[in-house]
Amino acid sequence: MTPMPADKAPTTISQGSQTKGGIGESTLRPDGTLKVTGEFAYSSDMWHEDMLWGQILRSTVAHAEIVSIDTGEALATPGVHAVMTYDDLPTAVRHYGLEIRDTPVLAHGKVRHHGEPVAIVAADHPETARRAAAKIRVEYRELPVITDEASATAPGAVLVHENREDHHARHVPHPNIVHRQPIVRGDAAAAARRADVIVTGDYTFGMQDQAFLGPESGLAVPEEDGGVHLYIATQWLHSDLRQIAPVLGLPEHKVRMTLSGVGGAFGGREDLSMQIHACLLALRTGRPVKIVYNRFESFFGHVHRHPATLHYEHGATRDGRVTHVKCRIVLDGGAYASASPAVVGNASSLSVGPYAIDDVDIEALALYTNNPPCGAMRGFGAVQACFAYEAQMDKLAKELGMDPVEFRQLNAMEQGTLMPTGQRVDSPAPVAELLRRVKAMPMPPERQWESSEGADVRQLPGGLSNTTHGEDVVRGVGYAVGIKNVGFSEGFDDYSTARVRMEVVGGEPVATVHTAMAEVGQGGVTVHAQIARTELGVAQVTIRPADTQVGSAGSTSASRQTYVTGGAVRNACELVRERVLETGRRRFGAYHPAWATAELRLEGGKVVTDGGEVLADLVDVLEGEAVEVEQEWRHRPTEPFDRRTGQGNGHVQYSFAAHRAVVEVDTALGLVKVVELACAQDVGKALNPLSVIGQIQGGTVQGLGMAVMEEIVVDPATAKVRNPSFTDYLIPTILDTPTIPVDVLELADDHAPYGLRGVGEAPTLSSTPAVLAAIRDATGLELNRTPVRPEHLTGTV
Amino acid sequence: MDFLRPASWQEALAAKAEHPAAVPIAGGTDVMVEINFDHRRPEHLLDLNRIADLYEWEVGEESVRLGASVPYTQIMENLRAELPGLALASRTVASPQIRNRGGVGGNLGTASPAGDAHPALLAAGAEVEVESVRGSRRIPIDAFFTGVKRNALAADELIKWVHIAKADGPQQFSKVGTRNAMVIAVCAFGLALHPATRTVRTGIGSAAPTPVRAKAAEEFLNAALEEGGFWDNGRIVPPSVAAQFAQLCSGACNPIDDVRGTAGYRRHAVGVVARRTLAWTWESYRGARRVTEGAA
Repeated sequence: MTPMPADKAPTTISQGSQTKGGIGESTLRPDGTLKVTGEFAYSSDMWHEDMLWGQILRSTVAHAEIVSIDTGEALATPGVHAVMTYDDLPTAVRHYGLEIRDTPVLAHGKVRHHGEPVAIVAADHPETARRAAAKIRVEYRELPVITDEASATAPGAVLVHENREDHHARHVPHPNIVHRQPIVRGDAAAAARRADVIVTGDYTFGMQDQAFLGPESGLAVPEEDGGVHLYIATQWLHSDLRQIAPVLGLPEHKVRMTLSGVGGAFGGREDLSMQIHACLLALRTGRPVKIVYNRFESFFGHVHRHPATLHYEHGATRDGRVTHVKCRIVLDGGAYASASPAVVGNASSLSVGPYAIDDVDIEALALYTNNPPCGAMRGFGAVQACFAYEAQMDKLAKELGMDPVEFRQLNAMEQGTLMPTGQRVDSPAPVAELLRRVKAMPMPPERQWESSEGADVRQLPGGLSNTTHGEDVVRGVGYAVGIKNVGFSEGFDDYSTARVRMEVVGGEPVATVHTAMAEVGQGGVTVHAQIARTELGVAQVTIRPADTQVGSAGSTSASRQTYVTGGAVRNACELVRERVLETGRRRFGAYHPAWATAELRLEGGKVVTDGGEVLADLVDVLEGEAVEVEQEWRHRPTEPFDRRTGQGNGHVQYSFAAHRAVVEVDTALGLVKVVELACAQDVGKALNPLSVIGQIQGGTVQGLGMAVMEEIVVDPATAKVRNPSFTDYLIPTILDTPTIPVDVLELADDHAPYGLRGVGEAPTLSSTPAVLAAIRDATGLELNRTPVRPEHLTGTV
Repeated sequence: MDFLRPASWQEALAAKAEHPAAVPIAGGTDVMVEINFDHRRPEHLLDLNRIADLYEWEVGEESVRLGASVPYTQIMENLRAELPGLALASRTVASPQIRNRGGVGGNLGTASPAGDAHPALLAAGAEVEVESVRGSRRIPIDAFFTGVKRNALAADELIKWVHIAKADGPQQFSKVGTRNAMVIAVCAFGLALHPATRTVRTGIGSAAPTPVRAKAAEEFLNAALEEGGFWDNGRIVPPSVAAQFAQLCSGACNPIDDVRGTAGYRRHAVGVVARRTLAWTWESYRGARRVTEGAA
């Protein structure tokens, strides 16, 4: 991989430039070495004396009434301490959910998808628990399966959820539709009449899995006050807490939660998995209970990315101006709502991409089906749309005989452009510039596989499998650009809390930062320390483990944590600084007039004036006293989208990335080697340039996986998952990972802390359509579906 | 589950005679997956890791005697000249960690149609030496695979050696999968030229209930090469002959549609790699001939 050239690294730092390890530097992760050497403790590594092992029994069918459950034999198994079903739940609250509480803790009367939890077992050995679970006899009466829009809305279709009472229920055209969001701006029908060229397309997006490497796991420890302490790998402690406590019948303060080592998330840990189950078993048995999924169970234990079908119509005038877009996006939400409503909001509001288009007619909806539940995953609704609108932009360019990059640049949005929702983009939107940069990068040399010793198969499609030595290999190049919102949208109160303390420890000023932010690998722990160093001018920063002893930090998702929790940390640091300076003025103000007259900063452990004069050592100012602040922090509020027109200032911030993909395709075997995936992205301000590059490269590879290999295959006849393992759910290896040169642009967003822009998701959007465009370029095929399989490239579907 | 740990080959044979249902385990590539997924719960596991013989190989005049547990890494690194097809196949097995533990004996024991070694063994010509307390016998590779994940072993027999003819000509191996490394074969193809007998042998993986040879294709090609005097004149194999050979290789497949690929793709892909591996091996044969002639 090509690191960011040194001259691209940001050099200006807004505050505290004399303090080493502040923002803008590529300080190293505190957990980096431990992770690389295998010593980092993940949630699955936890152990407690006397602990029991929990096991979940899951449904073997996708849709069925439960006729009976017989737990007798399981309970009688030596070593088993508890078996619980729906009837054993302790309170009347027996469902949970992120937005809609439609998910039963354990199945009640009915199962709605393959792998739904039906019963739980605690035993003194994991194998005993597993065997006991297998002895629970569940009698099912199978129901017809709802698997797509046609079966969901057919006359007389079985309702996946009867008697819906959620806040979307009154507004949807059919009870098997979770949520529907139209967006209408301008007059698409009239604009279509001005179009010289109209292209339409039907696109299919497969079901992607987050494929985080650390499977779901946690440890619940009963406490003396009747409560429980849950050590858990999650994305949002307080959201979990809000859903767990009522089911247990406990007040929230009796459910303590501590984040344990998280092995990746990508959205897959936004919903609960084994949290409630472990707590229930711990409270029932009075013993600590640990649950760890294996990979097979993990595929059933978390939501996936919504598969989608998308219909688009684009028009343009002969001179290359897009006249209008009409589109309809149908997302498969699976059996439970999870994050579907918010995914619909994103898919609809971001459905035309980063382009200035005034006349749009948009509809997005999510279905209830009996397929696996789908929810949050990196890119969150914007990914599916980007795959389709970028295919459309290429189609239009081709129809007009224009260069696809120039055509995009001609229609690119910029600061001030109105979104389909009517929201004005009020910070830099360098879409044309990102495309220019990615196009200007040098092309990788042709035929890199050729060497004096024959073909280097590692450089060829098929890799080490030795399928071609250059025969039928054709190069293709493709471009794509995308737009992603940052932060939670549609009026959500998206705040974060930070507690910052400054005191003298061992003769040195030390800052302690305490938040409930889930570190899932994104690097928040690194960035928080950098912010504290910059704002407080100290070298030593302690990051406290995340737990619920401090207020909510919101979710580690939506590219929001550096913005929102980073913003909260900065805000708390500023308040601490003010109090420190107040103390300083009180103690030393009389000795130097600058205390009263100058702008003061904390730098290098000292109080200094803006002119650089040192007024005091922090050690002397603090004099054994600790200064501590806990404060919530909010970004600008957003508004809901109007249910009929979709109008509203629904998003906080937008982020943009562009990709150029260079692929080589073995056209006879339909195998693809992605040679290079160049990316240009505006990040506003790179707080940690190395982490920024890591995020961009990681997102790029996740998009590549979606383009050529990653898909959960569900049998349409039974709604059962066919490939729940890493044997058949393929994710890219290092040999599939191309060179990823990254060009980082830093155009400040004045509304955001330090001008930063959320980074994590945008690169996942444009990567997939860029690869698809490159494969189309190489093969001349239309390719309306992703991932592309060899069958699609060889006509052997 | 009992874990039997024989210290010697004789003890292993005795254990297998006493517990014919015992499942032998060496690298554990297949067995551990089956146990972890609860697909199999044998009463006895027969651990062969203490039996040093199984990790040895011997290069003889005509053939290589390969211990059942010799790891793929060793084959790749040490037997490339003698067993080029198998060395290429070994390089496509899973990941480096698994190649350090897994061996051909496990592939044969599982007898999966997707076993990476099988097409190379079929093409090279091999015999599997199996033994029990009753004695030993050699099973020709052509008679070894008897059904889906079934082989010709009796319940009390263990695989000890695989005797593989030393390459007398170029060999190739291609595996088709949707990832560039660490992938289970959607289909695979092995091809070996045997100038000594003026024959060509093939092996097809993952495209029929068992690994198979494309016998009609071999016979066609043998006849075409003989008829045109190609073994002597070293001329390029005409495209029409290569195409017919490829088509017959596709015809030898009897594949299924599954989550890894369609039957139609498998048939098609086997044809493509049959044509390519023929071109590579034949080019290499012609090159070798020219070198030999030049030296003479």
